[in-house]
Amino acid sequence: MKLVSKNFDVPDSHKLAVCEQNGGYTRIRKALEMEPQTIIDEVIAANLRGLGGAGFPAGRKWSFLPKDNPKPRYLVVNADEGEPGTCKDKYIMTNDPHLLLEGIMIASWAINSHTCFIYIRGEYVKQAKILEAAIAEAKAAGYLGDKMFGKDFPLEVVVHRGAGAYICGEETSLLNSLEGKRGWPRLKPPFPAVEGYLACPTIVNNVETISYVPWVIELGGEKFASLGSERNGGMRLYSVSGCVKKPGVYELPLGTNLKDIIFEHAGGLFEGRRLKAVIPGGSSSPVLTPDEIDLPMDFDSLAAAGSMLGSAGIIVLDDTINLVEALAVLARFYAHESCGQCTPCREGTGWMRKILDRIVAEGGRSVDPANLERIAKNIIGNSICPLGEAASLPVIGFAAKFPEEFAEYVARGETAKPSTTAVAAVI
Amino acid sequence: MNNAETTTSKPEFSAAAQEELETIFSRYPDRRSAMLMVLHLAQREFGYISPGVEELVAEVMERPVTEIHGVVTFYTMYNTKPVGKYHIQLCRNISCWIKNAPGLLEYLKSRLGIDVGQTTSDGKFTLSEVECLAHCENAPTMQINDDIICDLTKEKIDRLIDELK
Ligand SMILES: Cc1cc2nc3c(=O)[nH]c(=O)nc-3n(C[C@H](O)[C@H](O)[C@H](O)COP(=O)(O)O)c2cc1C
Ligand code: SF4
Ligand code: FES
Repeated sequence: MKLVSKNFDVPDSHKLAVCEQNGGYTRIRKALEMEPQTIIDEVIAANLRGLGGAGFPAGRKWSFLPKDNPKPRYLVVNADEGEPGTCKDKYIMTNDPHLLLEGIMIASWAINSHTCFIYIRGEYVKQAKILEAAIAEAKAAGYLGDKMFGKDFPLEVVVHRGAGAYICGEETSLLNSLEGKRGWPRLKPPFPAVEGYLACPTIVNNVETISYVPWVIELGGEKFASLGSERNGGMRLYSVSGCVKKPGVYELPLGTNLKDIIFEHAGGLFEGRRLKAVIPGGSSSPVLTPDEIDLPMDFDSLAAAGSMLGSAGIIVLDDTINLVEALAVLARFYAHESCGQCTPCREGTGWMRKILDRIVAEGGRSVDPANLERIAKNIIGNSICPLGEAASLPVIGFAAKFPEEFAEYVARGETAKPSTTAVAAVI
Repeated sequence: MNNAETTTSKPEFSAAAQEELETIFSRYPDRRSAMLMVLHLAQREFGYISPGVEELVAEVMERPVTEIHGVVTFYTMYNTKPVGKYHIQLCRNISCWIKNAPGLLEYLKSRLGIDVGQTTSDGKFTLSEVECLAHCENAPTMQINDDIICDLTKEKIDRLIDELK
């Protein structure tokens, strides 16, 4: 069964006429006959979770909008797609931009918002153009603009390009960036639903989350919920990359077994290789060992396993991959992307990077694993936004689950430079 | 900033760009929100965001130039130095790293005869490293100007560079 990926392989599916031949814009027509609150109730019943990473139930987020605030409300679609290992929203925007627009229309009607910004990562030049063209087509058809399908409900959709900053995927950073500022995350509360873009009530949702909204309307909340697992409704796009035969983006029910995704859908490992580790939900999610991957890919199961479903960017590492070097690559990324507002994150990510780079270049010291863990733990809980934690969890996870890989470096380092350990303890 | 640059006259937006500016401003409820889009336009017009361009943007944005500078330097896509005709940006993040991005980086360096952050003497190519380009399923990847190129190999790099030379 396919929902958001149904038209991915249809030639010219980004065009309005083709999309309408394949069921496009039927759900918005149905939704416009429904009361906004009924739509929100359906989305709640659907157990549609936020697919950008945090997994917050979409319908519940929508109900947090203040009822008595006279300011305008905004819908902001998060198309920043920055989490390493994640490449799914691209498929929706490239192949079915009208599905996203239909979702935007339904959501805007449900939450009574007349302006939507799509914040798209700057590198998606092609996708931004496709979206602009789709918006123009929808406007010309009278689906968007002053009226929506003849109804007195104006709606403008604006494509806003980011400019290369991973942190701007974080929703409050994104809002500052949209306001024309440096993308510094804001302290929460207030949450964007109460005080978001220009201090107005704002709903931020991921591209994929919004693109499932038409399917909630088509199937009904209950049916949609039943496609997934408990409290994790429907399906989602899993991005699979790394050491598999068929890397790609696969739409499967929430709760699909991770082992099956890797070994069946993504074609399994290359001949003669052995599985070493799996990062299940984008680079920020704690790593799993081969013994831990027989589990349902949904938000609650991954949390119970001590990891995160996150963006469902599955990165597969086989026995040809050096995990200490892999961790150094991740540490370099987080050190580069820390916005620098919080001292523990700014300094901590820098130190973790330096230590890991040194371990890779010169070998380790026996104090390294403990120091890395101490630095990582000092960031958690002491930062404005979750990037700090995202940088720390992989370090803690790799060090705890693959101690033998670190031990090899330590052995090498200690034989090479036995006298430096005392100095190293003082960082 | 060199002397040649300080003495050149202040940059101006072309008539077409000015029209585009108006369209951009009309899309936002406040002027400041247009910042990133205006900077993208400025970079397209002038190639990179020089101090002179920052001043021009400050004027049209009606904001202090220090603020413009703060924004420009926060985002990696705005070039504060001139770049070559073709800006090659190789992804160095995890999925591409797994697929031998470091090997390809060395290859690009020797093929172009430059290091990361440098431009070839003919002004054609600038080489940079970037973080995940969100094409991880087709790693390794790199970007040349607005295009993203996937499933990179040395042979593919050779073909591309020969075509652009
Ligand atoms: C460092 C960081 C980066 C993030 N990057 C993205 C991103 O690229 N795309 C996205 O949709 N959400 C991203 N998020 C999650 C957003 O903050 C937010 O939860 C999401 O956009 C809400 O939409 P959803 O509820 O539909 O998932 C990121 C969060 C953090 C902390
Ligand atoms: S945790 Fe890191 S990225 Fe987040 S606001 Fe603080 S310094 Fe910036
Ligand atoms: S890691 Fe290179 S494109 Fe994602």
